[in-house]
Amino acid sequence: MSSSFRRSLRRGFDRAERGLDLVFGAEWNPLGQLGALGWFLFWIVAGTGIYLFIFFDTGVVNAYSSVEWLSQDHWWHAGIARSFHRYASDLMVAVMMIHLVREFAYDRYRGVRWFSWFTGVPLIWFVYASGITGYWLIWDELAQYVAIVSSELLDWLPVFGEPIARNFLTPEALSGRFFTLMVFLHIAIPLILLLTMWIHIQRISRAKVNPTRELGAMVMIGLLVASLLLPANLEGPADLARVPGDVGIDWFFLPLYPLTDYIPAGAIWGGLAVFTLGLCAMPWLPPVKTPRAAEVFLDHCNGCARCVEDCPYAAIDLVPRTDGAPFPQQVTVDPGRCVACGICMGSCPSSSPFRRSQDLVTGIDLPDYPLAELRERVLAAAASLEGPARVLTLACEHGAAGAAEGVVTIPCIAMAPPSLIDFIISRGHADGVALAGCAETRCQHRFGVEWTRQRIAHERDPYLRNRVPRARIATIWAGPTEEARFARELSAFRDSVAALPAEQPRVHRAATQNLPVLDEASS
Amino acid sequence: MTRTLRLILGTIAVAALITGAAALSAWPSYSPVPQGSAMLKLSLSHGGVRNCRQLTEAELAKLPPNMRRKEICDRKRAPLTVELVIDGARVYHRDLPPSGLSGDGPSRVYEKFVLPAGPHSIAVRLRDTLRAEGFDYQAVRDVELAPGQNFVIDFSPVTGEFVFN
Repeated sequence: MSSSFRRSLRRGFDRAERGLDLVFGAEWNPLGQLGALGWFLFWIVAGTGIYLFIFFDTGVVNAYSSVEWLSQDHWWHAGIARSFHRYASDLMVAVMMIHLVREFAYDRYRGVRWFSWFTGVPLIWFVYASGITGYWLIWDELAQYVAIVSSELLDWLPVFGEPIARNFLTPEALSGRFFTLMVFLHIAIPLILLLTMWIHIQRISRAKVNPTRELGAMVMIGLLVASLLLPANLEGPADLARVPGDVGIDWFFLPLYPLTDYIPAGAIWGGLAVFTLGLCAMPWLPPVKTPRAAEVFLDHCNGCARCVEDCPYAAIDLVPRTDGAPFPQQVTVDPGRCVACGICMGSCPSSSPFRRSQDLVTGIDLPDYPLAELRERVLAAAASLEGPARVLTLACEHGAAGAAEGVVTIPCIAMAPPSLIDFIISRGHADGVALAGCAETRCQHRFGVEWTRQRIAHERDPYLRNRVPRARIATIWAGPTEEARFARELSAFRDSVAALPAEQPRVHRAATQNLPVLDEASS
Repeated sequence: MTRTLRLILGTIAVAALITGAAALSAWPSYSPVPQGSAMLKLSLSHGGVRNCRQLTEAELAKLPPNMRRKEICDRKRAPLTVELVIDGARVYHRDLPPSGLSGDGPSRVYEKFVLPAGPHSIAVRLRDTLRAEGFDYQAVRDVELAPGQNFVIDFSPVTGEFVFN
């Protein structure tokens, strides 16, 4: 049931993302940069927080009056900074939650990817704790409500000696030191949050922590517009002799607070505990069957480090040579990080299907889907191609073409080494090659689309050789809900290939059957 | 679509989204108590008495001379019994065990009652000894609660009196 639910969710996300593609284009699509947006918003919150701290005064009376002063008398800088501070925090909650659901939908949290998911769970708590302590500081009616409800909730836990809520019984009971404590917490918790965010991205390489400049500018303009249209709310001053009246609840941070009037504190803590433990356990509920990790074959590895550069999960490292070969280094794979996406195989210069030895082995290979098998599948698919424009499709299993018939499916489009495309076309196995990957904003293995595009464009080593006519190659980046677009673009590509003059294979297909072992990759 | 048009459309979309989010930052509002109501909080932190007895001469003789206190007390405190009656109706009556692993800490209560604004007769009683019936402290007061008022009943162990705020 969970997998069908996930599939529906995935299709929902895919449709939403493709819709946003129409407005933003793939480059600026916010759904494709949720993690980076989270980081960006954190820095906005941190920067505006530091600025506000210049004007903020701690103390039972001074706290409110200083916030009132900066919100009203100096609205044009400090007031706007306060609105930025609040709304960027709210957006951070939204971005974090959508990011969480999206990673679940795309099944990017199980197996060796458990680490990022698991370390993301405390982030939720730290974000909420940072925000809630911030609300206390203002000491308006909402702050009073938040302080009382928070302390009542905390008092349910058998941790504190004297009930904290007794500090808010009467105006006389409240000490100015309370604000000092709150300021300390409001600085300390975000610092812990930042540390956890850093840990969160440790098991991915080239973590994107900045959105594109244009999207960043859009967010800043959006925050400014919202700050001018709806300046951050400030209720009347807190008065412990009175019950807070109508308070403007921040529904991003405080959705559970009104529930405390209807649900016992124990049930709320129980729900939060189940939610947290459930999230932590999700990578193993159920555990995903992961293919075996990539394997290094030192006879074919000279430690060139292309696979190290291209691995999206920092699963490959360079280590000193162990086999006495005249190279200083070799690569090693950490099976605890490898998802067997095959990108390393696609980046290895030894991954050449032109090498027609009986046991086609490359420098780094997938045990469950080796290069030799990929070449066999390509040859089998090519043999079944007919018609004037024989187009062979190499398809990422996560994209629109993943379930299509007659295509050669691979875990990631960047698993296809450029020499494979050369092999297909120059040997006349097909008249054209369609590379069908994930949608641009959501490559399942992060860099499959980017690396493939760069290899074809001669921007990333290993390059697709110049001799391969680019008119005979098409890239189709389409999400799982875009089967129709995939079919349309593939058909258009077939037509364009049919219109091309016939390509003379460099080595005729029929003649290749009995060729001796040849390593053409280095030619 | 041109890059400039995408920039403009994207900015409008993001601004609309953030403004929508900003609205949710303070709307819809929430009232912790209904209009025209007041809140009464009964909150106290007080340790029940300990069960003490006089040592016999024989027991005292067994002790080192510098440790001979005539009275010894159990570590555990007596539970509190707290009762609150509003307008003749008993709205709260509970035995509150002492806190702490050994039961040597104070008993605590923190309860909230939402009442309609207006006049109310309030009686609060507390038992902190091991007596089976009756109360050691009590107070009765007629109050006029204003809408939105936060009325607190506390207990001062120092003066041995209930405190109405």
